[in-house]
Amino acid sequence: CVCACMSATVDAAADIQGTSAPETVVPSSVPQPKDDFQEELVIRPLHSGDIYASFQFRTLWDTDFMRENKVSHYRLFPKSLGQVISKFSVRELHISFTQGYWRTMQWGQPFIPSPPGAELWVWFQDSVTDVDATWKELTNVLSGIFCASLNFIDSTNTVQPSASFKPLGLGNVTDHSFLRYATLPREIVCTENLTPWKKLLPCGSKAGLAVLLKSEKLFHSSFHSQAVHIRSVCQDWQCKTTSWELRQTLNSVFDLHNSGQTKREWSLFKMFSRTLTEACPLASSSKLYIDITDNPQVTTSLLSQAVVLGDRRTFSVYDLTQETTFGTVRSLNLLIRWKSNEGEMLRPLLHAERYVAGYGLQTGEIHTLMYNNHPYRSFPVLLLDSVPWYLRLYIHTLSVTSKGKDNKPSYIHYEPSKDRVKPHLLEMLIQLPPNSVTEVTVQFERALLKWTEYPPDPNHGFYVGSSVISSLVPSTVAMHTNSTRERPLFSSFFPCKEESSYFVRIYTEPLLVNLPTPDFSMPYNVICLTCTVVAVGYGSLYNLLTRSFQIEEPNPGLAKRIANVIRRMRGVPPL
Amino acid sequence: NINPCVQIIIHLLSVISQNSAGQFFSSGHTNNWAVLVCTSRFWFNYRHVANTLSVYRSVKRLGIPDSHIVLMLADDMACNHRNPKPATVFSHKNMELNVYGDDVEVDYRGYEVTVENFLRVLTGRLPPSTPRSKRLLSDDRSNILIYLTGHGGNGFLKFQDSEEISNVELADAFEQMWQKRRYNELLFIIDTCQGASMYERFYSPNIMALASSQVGEDSLSHQPDLAIGVHLMDRYTFYMLEFLEDIHPASKTNMNDLFKVCPKSQCVSTPGHRTDLFLRDPGSVLITDFFGSVRKVELTMDAINLTDPINPVNGEEQKEVYSYADQLPVSEIIHQKPKQKDWHPPDGFILGLWTLILLVFFKTYGIKHLKHIF
Repeated sequence: CVCACMSATVDAAADIQGTSAPETVVPSSVPQPKDDFQEELVIRPLHSGDIYASFQFRTLWDTDFMRENKVSHYRLFPKSLGQVISKFSVRELHISFTQGYWRTMQWGQPFIPSPPGAELWVWFQDSVTDVDATWKELTNVLSGIFCASLNFIDSTNTVQPSASFKPLGLGNVTDHSFLRYATLPREIVCTENLTPWKKLLPCGSKAGLAVLLKSEKLFHSSFHSQAVHIRSVCQDWQCKTTSWELRQTLNSVFDLHNSGQTKREWSLFKMFSRTLTEACPLASSSKLYIDITDNPQVTTSLLSQAVVLGDRRTFSVYDLTQETTFGTVRSLNLLIRWKSNEGEMLRPLLHAERYVAGYGLQTGEIHTLMYNNHPYRSFPVLLLDSVPWYLRLYIHTLSVTSKGKDNKPSYIHYEPSKDRVKPHLLEMLIQLPPNSVTEVTVQFERALLKWTEYPPDPNHGFYVGSSVISSLVPSTVAMHTNSTRERPLFSSFFPCKEESSYFVRIYTEPLLVNLPTPDFSMPYNVICLTCTVVAVGYGSLYNLLTRSFQIEEPNPGLAKRIANVIRRMRGVPPL
Repeated sequence: NINPCVQIIIHLLSVISQNSAGQFFSSGHTNNWAVLVCTSRFWFNYRHVANTLSVYRSVKRLGIPDSHIVLMLADDMACNHRNPKPATVFSHKNMELNVYGDDVEVDYRGYEVTVENFLRVLTGRLPPSTPRSKRLLSDDRSNILIYLTGHGGNGFLKFQDSEEISNVELADAFEQMWQKRRYNELLFIIDTCQGASMYERFYSPNIMALASSQVGEDSLSHQPDLAIGVHLMDRYTFYMLEFLEDIHPASKTNMNDLFKVCPKSQCVSTPGHRTDLFLRDPGSVLITDFFGSVRKVELTMDAINLTDPINPVNGEEQKEVYSYADQLPVSEIIHQKPKQKDWHPPDGFILGLWTLILLVFFKTYGIKHLKHIF
């Protein structure tokens, strides 16, 4: 995997040359690229006793990748990603690797949602002529950078959504022919994906918050998700110039019982087996937030409030760029202890489930349930379903019902699949009535694959990617619509256009479906059996048809035999 | 009766050729590559992944960088849900040595480990969009270490329980590599049942091969760990790992010591080796020629002038104001699709078509058939 060599070494070499050979001129009038790096960690104790840690690392860079002269001096922005952006004319790139499924009902809403497995969606610039070829090359290059088998993304699992996945960055054009979305639900995340991800950070895993990212603890969790988001954002409130933003996010939920604990007592050391010693020297801001909204009797230093996910939460803030945070022992280890059942957890307003119903290996039914838990407000949701071609959907059986009555979607976009070429794409805009369950059902039939198309372990089943539900959920407090206000990173990911609602995207479970599978382990026995049956059957039939019985004379005595010989010599018929 | 001048010239020429021959026969490699393949899937084949990772660990420790290692693991054991200690792969029981480590880069994983991909990596016939980390970019001065492990039989090695590679295919792939000048010397190590059958068919020069068992013998696994529940390593690779742990980048141990690793008393099977295709004497081949990495460093005292960097053009003030896109523009989405009108053929077209057909019919067959219509 490509090593992101930082250009800091170039500066060091230039310094050495400056002292030994004064005739070498390093021009000092080079305007330094204006880049900025921020890191933060948010820890939120969950109602079930688990603890949720969310890392965000953001690099902002005021440069233009699309201009003619290639960008060659990289400082904080990783070179491998910069080259990807300029070579493939990428406008926006979002890639995530997740292990586990986010349990919305127990844990609430995540700051950055992601589906199980790998997910990649990219907006290309409108200067790209052949989007499909560029997409294929991009997935291959990313598979090398992140050590993942993203090269399995091809036309059979790529879709072009027509209304979901609007760009999260700046731009006035939203022609969906430049958007591609693909998901690999089977993709595993392990240390080999974390290692190149950590190498993209300016400080690597040597300083700052990234020292906490140790794989033995991170992968021993209920949920682990790491993502890279690249987009262009406004530099200031006028928004006449843009800069590129690279966000690396890592979300983890540590399980109470899995780690062998009984009390709801967590510390940084228990979660990560490390403590913090310093902030990343290249970071302009390095902060640690602890969510204390549910347990307000905390009396530590700095408190701050932020509006995130439609709710105003209170956080206790630790600034790692200050020396005083680390105290005399020069290390920071926080202990978080809370009591259970301190009031009811706020029920998430939007929640979804999906499952396969039916029996046998021929037909089935996909049910998607969406719950609107708001007592009196209804809101629209956009459901995106991408089903592989080997589950043949019968769209005439599609039904959307809320509270028992038919609920007609105001927008349906369906692209039928083509065998071995492209998957089904179904997008619907549905209005969810208040306090209700909406059920979307569609029947399908399972296809029989060719024997070379089965993976080496076909009896495991075949995955169907998660459905994506995008929605504008009413919020309890007024959201901030000014995007350039100084606010923590975790509350500024999704742009907000109006104050009364916030955008949320949730993913359902992926489905695991068994296809009719031939028995690969029996060819020898089957051939033997078939050959035996054919031989016995054909042999008997042949004998029956062609065998004729002849009467044979009993053997005559010796005298008679000699007499017959003499008679034959004489030419006389025998006895 | 040869002229003494000619005699001297002949003598000189023979001396020169001896020197060049000597130069030719000493190891002339300039870079090292390693292709490490584990071909087995499923949790009970944990030991094959542990085998491959322990060789990976030794090779990295002795100096070969990740960019020169192609690591292929057919299944994920470290983050497998059955692993009681996630993100670890142990080689010794009681969990002494984690061979997975914190800095591992797997190039081919899961379903990507197929016979086709393995042969494409060896011969270099990869699609143009393959990233560098997945390519074997060796040249004619590269020493390559190839390590295979998995389940095998007499003349074949099983990939992922669904396909095999035969010894003939492997020999032909190495011959292709030789003809394309893709290696200087090649060390082939295989740890499977009946492993010696896999190197029987090699015919390209400069290949040295080691196997963990002879034809007709099974390679056995070393020891199970009761917490993890599976066998952790195979015997041959376990003792080879122990042997390699004593090697450091400057050590002078040679191949003859590697041949003695894991005698029958420890391995139960008889390890075999093949050196007839190798031009040098195995006693003069260092372990680090294949397991370590040679970097020729050129020191220079000259100063290098850096050219003037490109001055970024300060763009003129952009007139347009950018804005974020609306994430869920409901009204826009609803009116996105105009109602599609079904296309009807122009009025009267079908009527005219039928009239034409009737006219042609009656022209051909006569008007008396008209009575059959009405």
